[in-house]
Amino acid sequence: MRLPPQPGERIDRSRGLTFSFHGRPVPAFAGDTIGSALFASGRRVFSRSFKYHRPRGLLCCSGGCANCMMTVDGTPNVRVCVEPARDGAVVEAQNVIGSLEHDLMSVVDHLGRPFTPVGFYYRTMIRPRRLWPYYERFLRNVAGLGRIDKHGRRTVRTDTEHRRVECLVIGGGISGMRAAADAAARGERVLLVDEGPPRAAPEGFELLAPARAIGIYEGGLVPVDAGSVLYRVRAGRIVVATGALEQPLVFPGNDLVGVMLPDGARRLIRDFAVKPGERAVVVVADDRALETVGYLRSAGVEVAALVDLRERPLEEIRAVGRQGRVRSVQLDDSSFDCDLLVAAGAPQPAYSLLAQAGGAIAYDPAKGSFVPTALPLGTEATGRAGGELGSVAVPRASYDRGGGEKAFVCLCEDVAEKDLKRAHAEGFDSLELAKRYTTVTMGPCQGRLCHLASVRLCAREEGTDEKAIGTTTARPPWAPVKLGLLAGRDQETAKLTAIHHRHEEAGAQMMWTGAWRRPYSYGDAPAEAANVHEAVGVIDVSTLGKLLVLGADATVFLERLYPNRFGDLKVGRVRYGVLSNDAGRIIDDGTIARLGEDRFYVTTTSTGSEGVFEWFEWWNAVWKLDVEIVNLTGALAAVNVAGPQARELLGRLTAIDVSREAFAYLDAQQADVAAVPCLILRIGFVGELGYELHFPSLHGEYLWDTLLERGADLGVKPFGLEAQRILRLEKQHIIVGQDTDSESDLLAANMPWLVKFEKDDFVGKWALEHRRDQGNREQLVGFEMANGAVPPEGAQVVRGGRPAGRVTSSRWSARLNKAVGLAWLPPELAQEDAEFEIRVGGQLERARVRLRPFFDPEGERLRA
Amino acid sequence: MSFLLSCPNCGPRDVNEFAYAGEVTTRPAGTPRLRDLTEYVYFRRNVRGVQREWWYHRFGCELWFLAERDTATNEVVRVELPGA
Repeated sequence: MRLPPQPGERIDRSRGLTFSFHGRPVPAFAGDTIGSALFASGRRVFSRSFKYHRPRGLLCCSGGCANCMMTVDGTPNVRVCVEPARDGAVVEAQNVIGSLEHDLMSVVDHLGRPFTPVGFYYRTMIRPRRLWPYYERFLRNVAGLGRIDKHGRRTVRTDTEHRRVECLVIGGGISGMRAAADAAARGERVLLVDEGPPRAAPEGFELLAPARAIGIYEGGLVPVDAGSVLYRVRAGRIVVATGALEQPLVFPGNDLVGVMLPDGARRLIRDFAVKPGERAVVVVADDRALETVGYLRSAGVEVAALVDLRERPLEEIRAVGRQGRVRSVQLDDSSFDCDLLVAAGAPQPAYSLLAQAGGAIAYDPAKGSFVPTALPLGTEATGRAGGELGSVAVPRASYDRGGGEKAFVCLCEDVAEKDLKRAHAEGFDSLELAKRYTTVTMGPCQGRLCHLASVRLCAREEGTDEKAIGTTTARPPWAPVKLGLLAGRDQETAKLTAIHHRHEEAGAQMMWTGAWRRPYSYGDAPAEAANVHEAVGVIDVSTLGKLLVLGADATVFLERLYPNRFGDLKVGRVRYGVLSNDAGRIIDDGTIARLGEDRFYVTTTSTGSEGVFEWFEWWNAVWKLDVEIVNLTGALAAVNVAGPQARELLGRLTAIDVSREAFAYLDAQQADVAAVPCLILRIGFVGELGYELHFPSLHGEYLWDTLLERGADLGVKPFGLEAQRILRLEKQHIIVGQDTDSESDLLAANMPWLVKFEKDDFVGKWALEHRRDQGNREQLVGFEMANGAVPPEGAQVVRGGRPAGRVTSSRWSARLNKAVGLAWLPPELAQEDAEFEIRVGGQLERARVRLRPFFDPEGERLRA
Repeated sequence: MSFLLSCPNCGPRDVNEFAYAGEVTTRPAGTPRLRDLTEYVYFRRNVRGVQREWWYHRFGCELWFLAERDTATNEVVRVELPGA
């Protein structure tokens, strides 16, 4: 049922749409909210209350209270009074068993006292202790708001955008629009954000609606929730024009369906042409609320009684209901039949954003509300938000004279006047304590409609005034915000190599390594490792960091950064290097190839590439050498070809001489491989004859395919990270970050030959000198198990019944037919053949120290 | 932290684009005594007030630069290139 067209109504009667409520179709017009359409279709009960499951109807119609929260398209706690009606939307009530009209859980309201006294969760259902899990399950079912679908998937993509303006106006009411127009007239770049429905932007400034500013942070940062986009607006000047919030009065039956705030009734008539009731009683405290009477009368609502509290302060108000709906209202000695009670006290300036930003707020007895008294730097308040409220009546703390229903202070949390009284009587005499004990102001409205009322009641109980009670601390967010919006875009952004899709096509099991997705194995890691030993394997190592270091001082630069020498590295040769910091601790490792006199190609670990690049750039900024560092990590792909047949395979694809004499171990050459320009490093992390090809990413899949095709008869197969880890462990090659931690240094990690103390200086030299003089506290060594048990990584090393060290890596090696690993041990134990024990699943297993590589200790296969 | 920082190369940008790398320290010129080494490696002044510090424009031009920032107010007094 709609009224005839209203001036300025928001609905477009020419465009109808339909959504469903509990499976039944509800007609609506474009411009309707779900709430206005439901109300127009005759629905009056919109929700059941949090604790007592009392029926609740539309109250504020402005998205402030919790009375109309429903689940829309699976999203819980949607305030349907401001949620635009959409064709096909699926709307359901929440927190009910049965229906809104007949909620089985409403027995809680009638059981009352013994079950749900104030603070009941602190004192009932506590004993016996062992029953708590059952109590908890019961409570979780009874109390609370909507449910989220735990198995639901993200359907809306959220994003973050950064904006910078000279002036941000929050609130699009009369004052806000005026402030924005004034600023625009002064030539400022202005953005106005408004909670209301979308509307055309006026001349001169930008208008964002519907959008909510959710806080004011340091440096004029205002996050604005615009549905699927979170704008991080940074403004030189912030004008707060958030208006004022109508405050419900406290009286028995003030939560009955049919009790409405003046603005709510006005919105239903003016915006949606919906008649809020047939016969109304109106109690107001200011001119703005008084205007509602005109709207009611023009809509054909009979006004049975009108009280302006400024002229006639009442002693008692009591709403009497039947089945949760208002039937009559008692005002002092008179009683009026009605189905609508429009009532509010003096409005409260919406100061929260200012208070969060550090503004001072104080109670103004003349205005009967809290107003901003000192504004934070860079902010202004205008209109009703700033305290321009006009003439108002300060209402009583409560209009309850005994008898009747509960008089609610906080509708969201079902906290009644008697609950606050009782809390005060029990000694919770400070507002902050009473708040935590009763949960008043802690519901979805976050105090919008109940903070002022709770302050008044505290003042009355304490025998003081509101000023002495003060406010509770305001914290962001000022409006509820979905976590998904704060999380911004999907956080699982993975880095993929240029060959990634080939691995997926091959059915590889992928794993995370840092931000990269890499093949763990292609199905059988031990077989992949065996194939590297017996034939030839290829592994995608594109994730390695790849830096080009150029310039006249390139040699000096690397000599200072690495503990070992690079000045004597011949052009066309490769050397292993480990980076230390000035504390002497290992930070990364890789290979350094000299491409020319002043030209080096440096690889880093996969996870360390960004850090090493920044580390190099920083030292370059400090030393100001003639050096350029180019990060080629993403530009180049890399494939390691390893195994006895690697030479044969490479020889088929390149014109250069790949013989042992012409392309020796630790040589680097630039040549075409299958017509792709490559830098070829002859290195061997996995312990077999191997070549690492670095080449433009563009050719990743082509070169990978070519290697597999041309080596098919040689038995070439891809191998994943797990096979690589088995192979490198057979050689006792360390992985930085796996076998080392932030305490490890090169001496203790058993690589003293990499430290050239005779050099003048290098990063970490002084600390390593002290380490050398003090001796190692522990040492990283290889070990093999006596009976083949594979200890878990991180397992405890035990000696004489006491913990003595830890295992960092361990694998079963089919090639060696034994379990091997690396472990940190006390120096006296780090001797060849020394025996110790490792805790494996509650058992102690015997192990023996092995200082040399388990496989090919002389490196004959590597140098073959 | 939430403020604007001026990259000498790119101009004022949101601080989230940058990596903070701590207050400026001086690496000892010659071989330091253990105490001096420990001070250099582990100790910072941690002032309340203006300090010189390293910043890196990680999500921008990848420039290292120096800023003088009030640690109490996050007011950035000046930014400069190292050695400028």
